[in-house]
Amino acid sequence: MSSTYETVAGIISETADIPREQITPESHAIDDLGIDSLAFLDIAFAIDKAFGIKLPLEQWTQEVNEGKAPAEEYFVLKNLVARIDALIAAKAA
Amino acid sequence: MRLEYFEMIDRVTILDRDAKRIEVSSTVPMESPVFEGHFPGHPLVPGVLLTETMAQASGYLVLGLMNFTHMPFLMGVDKARFRTFVGPGTVLTVTAQLEHEGSGYAVTKAKIAAEGKPICDAELRFRIMPFPEGMDGLMRAQARRIGLLTETA
Repeated sequence: MSSTYETVAGIISETADIPREQITPESHAIDDLGIDSLAFLDIAFAIDKAFGIKLPLEQWTQEVNEGKAPAEEYFVLKNLVARIDALIAAKAA
Repeated sequence: MRLEYFEMIDRVTILDRDAKRIEVSSTVPMESPVFEGHFPGHPLVPGVLLTETMAQASGYLVLGLMNFTHMPFLMGVDKARFRTFVGPGTVLTVTAQLEHEGSGYAVTKAKIAAEGKPICDAELRFRIMPFPEGMDGLMRAQARRIGLLTETA
């Protein structure tokens, strides 16, 4: 997997105290890893800092709550990493 | 400062929107029921109330910067250090700096000093949420009491 994935998995492991080997690209942050919303904000802060971006969590949460997007689209790690990569690319453009 | 009412901030002295920084002043009361237990015969402001003071200064900073559109709720305290004791009558200078404005959360670094000497510092995290119904007016009244809305006008 990409270095972005490795960084994100490391952040999740350290921030949420989850053994690194339990985290896979297919892991759902909430359903599989049991990360609650408060812990996810801690993770978002670490990700924002690590990559110099701002994860649009409020927008994602609203879209999920309104049924406009499935939670998997944002909270399965491989999808989260893809969105982080897109934010990094947008910042560099 | 009215410890038992959790009114920790007396006055906003500086709100610098460009620097995203606030400075407030508070004077520890000479008497409070808090001192009866903390500690008997040796009154000291509890560290948890110093933390609350830093959180309130940070909270008013976020409120001011966001023009009272959302309410910050304390969700995390990191790297808190309490460097010296604080007794009755101490005049505190509390500063808070916005370190990161995330989506739905904010991070500040805050510190308290007295006569230029550091008392405590911490990194604080807040969840930013819509005001619970009816709360924004009350928070604005509190802000007017401490001069924040005058500062932001």
